[in-house]
Amino acid sequence: MKNRSALTRRDAMRSALLGSVALATGLGGPALAADKLKAAWVYVGPVGDFGYSYQHDQGRLAVEKALGDKVQTSFVENVPEGPDAERAIERLARDGNKLIFTTSFGFMDPTIKVAKKFPNVHFEHATGYKKAENVAIYNARFYEGRYVIGQIAGKMTKSNTIGYIVSFPIPEVVSGINSFMLGAQSVNPNVKIKVVWVNSWYDPGKEADAAKVLIGQGADILTQHTDSTAALQVAQEKGILAFGQSSDMGKFAPKTQITSIVDDWATYYISRVKLELEGKWASADTWDGIAKGAVFLPEIKNVPADVKAMAEKTIAAIKSGTLKPFGGTITKQDGTTVKDLDDGAILGMNWYVKGIDDKLPQ
Amino acid sequence: MNFDLHALEAVLLTIVTASTPLLLAGLGELVTERAGVLNLGVEGMMVMGAVAGFAVALTTGSPELGIIAAALAGAALAVPFGVLTLNLVANQVATGLALTLLGLGLSGLIGERFVGQPGVRLPHLHIPGLSDIPFFGPLIFGQDLLVYLSLALAAVVSHVVFRTRLGLVLRAVGDNHASAHALGYSVIGVRWGAVLFGGALSGLGGGYLSLAYTPQWVENMTAGRGWIALALVVFSSWLPGRLVAGAYLFGAVTILGFFVQGLGIGVPSQLLSSLPYVVTIVALVVISRRRGAARADTPACLGQSFVPDR
Amino acid sequence: MRLELEKRPERSKIMAVVSPIAAVVATLLTGAVIFAAIGIPPLKGLWVFFLEPFSSLWSIEELVVKATPLILIGIGLSIAYRANVWNIGAEGQLTAGALAGSLVPIFANSWQSPLTLVAMLALGVLGGMLWGLIPALLKIKSGANEILVSLMLVYVAQLLLDWLVRGPWRDPHGYNFPKSVSFDGWQTMPTIGDGRLNWGILFALVAAVALAVLLRRTMKGFEIRVLGEAPRAGRFAGFSSDRMVVFAFLVSGGLAGLAGVIELTSTVGQLQPNISPGYGFTAIIVAFLGRLDPIGVIVAALMLAVSYLGGEAAQVALGLSDKAARVFQGVLLFWVLACDTLILYRLRFVPGLPAGETAR
Repeated sequence: MKNRSALTRRDAMRSALLGSVALATGLGGPALAADKLKAAWVYVGPVGDFGYSYQHDQGRLAVEKALGDKVQTSFVENVPEGPDAERAIERLARDGNKLIFTTSFGFMDPTIKVAKKFPNVHFEHATGYKKAENVAIYNARFYEGRYVIGQIAGKMTKSNTIGYIVSFPIPEVVSGINSFMLGAQSVNPNVKIKVVWVNSWYDPGKEADAAKVLIGQGADILTQHTDSTAALQVAQEKGILAFGQSSDMGKFAPKTQITSIVDDWATYYISRVKLELEGKWASADTWDGIAKGAVFLPEIKNVPADVKAMAEKTIAAIKSGTLKPFGGTITKQDGTTVKDLDDGAILGMNWYVKGIDDKLPQ
Repeated sequence: MNFDLHALEAVLLTIVTASTPLLLAGLGELVTERAGVLNLGVEGMMVMGAVAGFAVALTTGSPELGIIAAALAGAALAVPFGVLTLNLVANQVATGLALTLLGLGLSGLIGERFVGQPGVRLPHLHIPGLSDIPFFGPLIFGQDLLVYLSLALAAVVSHVVFRTRLGLVLRAVGDNHASAHALGYSVIGVRWGAVLFGGALSGLGGGYLSLAYTPQWVENMTAGRGWIALALVVFSSWLPGRLVAGAYLFGAVTILGFFVQGLGIGVPSQLLSSLPYVVTIVALVVISRRRGAARADTPACLGQSFVPDR
Repeated sequence: MRLELEKRPERSKIMAVVSPIAAVVATLLTGAVIFAAIGIPPLKGLWVFFLEPFSSLWSIEELVVKATPLILIGIGLSIAYRANVWNIGAEGQLTAGALAGSLVPIFANSWQSPLTLVAMLALGVLGGMLWGLIPALLKIKSGANEILVSLMLVYVAQLLLDWLVRGPWRDPHGYNFPKSVSFDGWQTMPTIGDGRLNWGILFALVAAVALAVLLRRTMKGFEIRVLGEAPRAGRFAGFSSDRMVVFAFLVSGGLAGLAGVIELTSTVGQLQPNISPGYGFTAIIVAFLGRLDPIGVIVAALMLAVSYLGGEAAQVALGLSDKAARVFQGVLLFWVLACDTLILYRLRFVPGLPAGETAR
């Protein structure tokens, strides 16, 4: 095993050597405005997915816009959750970034590992649960939005059958299905949900296939927890209503999209970068929802005025905290009941509420 | 009953759209491989077709022009492959894989400004009267142009490969390039034609995705379909008829998996998602067993470079 | 005027040296043009892409880490392809190896001794071999084409992993997130230094040398070459092509499985839905760039690793998109493949029509 100081010395010597070569050939690193804070983002998908990674990048661009004179941002996209993640994160830390956002669950352990090596760099990991002195975690209460759209769907469905296209059985997705169902049941006790897993976040073809099959099986409203706009386009072609996901997809299906569950990271990112600039950054566990604007539902369209009014009332109730989707007594699929779920129970949710015809892998 | 028929119709229609891109790209690759050239860059050529088709259809407003652009883009990406493997006798497998990398990257660059824009959908055929017949109408008379084109192309390719002189030359070049050369045929010329045809059809397969299947552009939207098309060519034993069967079998099992999930039986979705692959393997084993000599159809010079000695 | 290739009587030693240099020069020029076209100072772009990976000990170590699985899988595939056995499914065998290796930390979590690691590695090899045996047996028993079977089994293996890690093998204390318990102590590969460099590279180098010796100095190597280059002659010599199919799949599958479990015990540290960014497919390029020679594969794997890490560095330092990096990688590979021809052939420009036309 090498001794740490020897390693750094050799490292330094080598960079000094190459640095002088670089200087001699005029190839020095990027000229930095020394006083600018460097912040960086790591995305699991391409920024052009018009879904999850796209929304995070919109947040980064908002930071540039708001604080561009004090911050220099960069990002690495398409980083697979696997052996490459740790290197990509460490590269950003070595590149002089002081605040690094790692935006996918699979980056959790790599983020913690790199954070140990770089105690002076601050990290923020999205949708995970491991915190550290210099690692904050953040997430959005997407399920709050799902309660609202569930309620709308429960009101609007005539066949009492709703098609739900999903990616992977992780707690965030499961709590979304449950919250949707609870919302739907609050206005329509007979509602049924058909769940189809496409085993991908991101395969427009398969999402469209699932949408068509669900409509064929009698679903007259579609919702999705996958990232592409394919299902909405199918719904519009078939003349039924549907909800968007991640971004406002109304452009793709103006006559079909009722509203969408938009991830809006801009407010959070700006506030965290500001704290870093002021030297007040501290590790935290942030789980904002509709109230703080982390989850945002664009204007409700394509439904009668009373349904719109009902949904807006629900949004207001969630905002003010009088309505908690997982408050009160909830009956699980197996018939047992739970009461007033705390954040831990929601974060690790791995069961269905009564009335959902699907099974989760155990 | 009425409801069941509706569900069945939806399933059948969905199978058609899920199978068509596989069939188009597979047909192109089948011809390429019949000429003795193994191009593993199908995924890259498909995704180029997808972005080019989308871009042209969106800017001109004409999905038909989009189709043409998709085919041209696929063929254009096949050009560097042809130069490298045919003229410079580079290794076909490695070049094809590099082509996939290039196609995925280039399409992403070209498509950057088209992300988040709704596309132009290729219209479905509508013959008043016929297309309105319940159940059979939409299925037989209500598909889009490319569905009919893919099936017609399968018939044409089958005819040309087995019933015409051109097909004879194509197969000769793929089975024994030295003899074909000795007989005075331009091995490189025929292979160039086959490679470009393969690229064009892969491009069409990709264009189907962004123009008919899901009229939008997102990066990597082919999601591995090029690889499935490659596997289906092997499955078909290089016979166009069996390629149609293979593509539709694969599409059918995929869609049935979604259908079963929608019934809410609670079978793990991963198991259902793996069925298309398992069924294809099982079907291949059964076919290979029955025929015994399935190898006989493999173009004997597949993957081998040809250098004419003067 | 047309271009004609003339086969050299023997591989050109000069060109063997000149060709890679020509490829590099051509790539640099192309790269400079691309960079200039997208508004990045060409010299700076080239520096970041090609030299930065060598500019610090950390990035050199990362290069080696990135190349390790590519070497392991690439050498195995070289043996298979030499024997004319078309294993396209190394990615699936890698996954199967990782799954098998995980049996130890998941079902005997408290067992901590050097033997723990040995058992994991052995199981990884075994898992890859078993997954590779499926296409091999289907090929020799029913004549089912191994390209299709091995490729389809990639998806099956990945879905199996997905199900296990979201269901039965999930970490009971992981909030139901899709990951297994984190590996610890002797469930992980010892590192060399304080970075991610680990013993994995030693396994890769030893395996490469062993296969090089096997190929060049042993009867088995002779058998592989004969069956690959002249199957009929091989059969006359009494070699069994069926046995060779099994052998090739066992070797390439076993090495892919080993690569899988090494990644798991070193860079990933737990079982999770994504454990490989397509190493099994990239290794196919590596095998051919390395001319199906175990030592050549080492060089090719390092080259591919540079192109990946350079692309990543360019994203960070230049704001070059991941897409542009991939285009660059494709162009680089094209040049290398094109220049390779110079080793075997002499280029001649001759006036007149193509050979086929004149002969007719």
